[in-house]
Amino acid sequence: MFLIKCPYCGERDQSEFNCGGEAHIVRPKNPPDLTDDQWADYLFMRKNIKGIQFERWNHSNGCRRWFNVTRNTATDEILKIYNMGEQPPIVTGIAPKTPSGETSIGSGNISTSYTKK
Amino acid sequence: MHKKPKKYSIFSLIKNAFSYHENWQPVWRSPEPKNNYDAIIIGGGGHGLTTAYYLAKNHGLTNIAVIEKGWIGGGNTGRNTTIIRSNYLWDQSAALYEHALKLWEGMSQELNYNVMFSQRGVMNVAHTLHDVRELKRRWHANRLNDIDCEWLNTKEVKEFCPIINISPNIRYPVMGATLQRRGGTARHDAVAWGYARGADAMGVDIIQNCEVTSLNVNNGQVIGIETTRGSIKSKKIGVVAAGHSSVIANMVGIRLPLESRPLQALVSEPVKPVIDTVVMSNTIHAYVSQSDKGELVIGAGTDGYTSYTQRGGFNIVEDTITAVVELFPLFSRMKMLRHWGGIVDICPDASPIISKTHINGLYFNCGWGTGGFKATPGSGWVFAHTIANDEPHKLNVPFTINRFSSGELVDEHGAAAVAH
Repeated sequence: MFLIKCPYCGERDQSEFNCGGEAHIVRPKNPPDLTDDQWADYLFMRKNIKGIQFERWNHSNGCRRWFNVTRNTATDEILKIYNMGEQPPIVTGIAPKTPSGETSIGSGNISTSYTKK
Repeated sequence: MHKKPKKYSIFSLIKNAFSYHENWQPVWRSPEPKNNYDAIIIGGGGHGLTTAYYLAKNHGLTNIAVIEKGWIGGGNTGRNTTIIRSNYLWDQSAALYEHALKLWEGMSQELNYNVMFSQRGVMNVAHTLHDVRELKRRWHANRLNDIDCEWLNTKEVKEFCPIINISPNIRYPVMGATLQRRGGTARHDAVAWGYARGADAMGVDIIQNCEVTSLNVNNGQVIGIETTRGSIKSKKIGVVAAGHSSVIANMVGIRLPLESRPLQALVSEPVKPVIDTVVMSNTIHAYVSQSDKGELVIGAGTDGYTSYTQRGGFNIVEDTITAVVELFPLFSRMKMLRHWGGIVDICPDASPIISKTHINGLYFNCGWGTGGFKATPGSGWVFAHTIANDEPHKLNVPFTINRFSSGELVDEHGAAAVAH
């Protein structure tokens, strides 16, 4: 539940958009030479990061144009929006202190912020 | 050594009543982690606890630990809509889920813990001609696999569930349904607690508030874990971390085909018994049953993006409620009490991964996506077998991670009775 600032239409509700998944997965240049494992890696395997992730979004119920989003999946905070074809930007966001832990603010989860008194 | 847990019975209830129920022993211990275990299970949800339970019970491995970053059953085990069924299309899935359903049928007796398993029937409703064809196909597939399933026409649907709206004038009219009478619901927390108690009784250490921060691997063999409560050695590690499976996999460079997404559910204010079955509709994403407390338990669809925040978009809830109100107009003035999200690990073919990895001693049980609760006992059963023997059980042979290379996918999208 968040707002996305479409580079073409401005800020709109997330429900107007479709997420195209992880960005910067390069289509194989030599498809006939790929092994089954390489195909599997290209087609199916994903980083699925908890923290800062680069992903593709489409304003499907608006201008229907694609763009890239840098989003913190631990908080849903959008850090940077950039055009297709551009290199991923260097950004910093609030990261969880431990790999599966929660950020100090913004995660909405309490399951690991519990401390025994 | 800890004391064996006392058996729960009418006599123990009466006996404890005399001391105002203040002297019940804890259901499981809270031990400090040891330095070394024969096996470690990462993740203390239903699947992790059943894995530990069956490792101890079926394979005699009792020097094992379940490591949980929060509290047991606090993740998706405590967040699902508790629907249990085995009416899957493909033989591989049907065998796995039916094995689980058979374990559900004896669970309360086996654990001496009431999981309130209620075989009230699960009805999958068809709203379009395509739905009718798909569901009839699945009905026949179920019968070929010896899984109980019936086809109900619209009139029979109304007889079985009188409050449903069968008007032909609604946007998605009821055109029939499949019914699995052996399906139903269970008390999800009790499943975690019951298996925790059973595993603990056999000597399994359940360690809560302990998060895994890295996996130690030496020469292609897993040798232990680092946690927020120190390092623990073990040559067998089973990862059952649901939405966080990729986080653990990324620690050792294993690539998984998962996307972790929020899946939302909500419950209404409690009312008198009004619906005595489970109604599922995959076309319009509405899943409704009524808990023993009287709350309507309503499940929604997943949000379409990666997130670990255990909350989703309001539009998803709105879509679900719209559909539910059209199917059950009498719910239109009910108030919703609570609403939450869980992080589900969605696999591209909507089937789980219960598999060895290229690292010796490291096993993954993940990818259950939106439908893992029903498989809880079966998942633990086959995963325990996989860990103990370093070989998959015959039921989880098809569910390796290698199927994404070989192409032998078990495509349960849509056919799983739930649109993903």
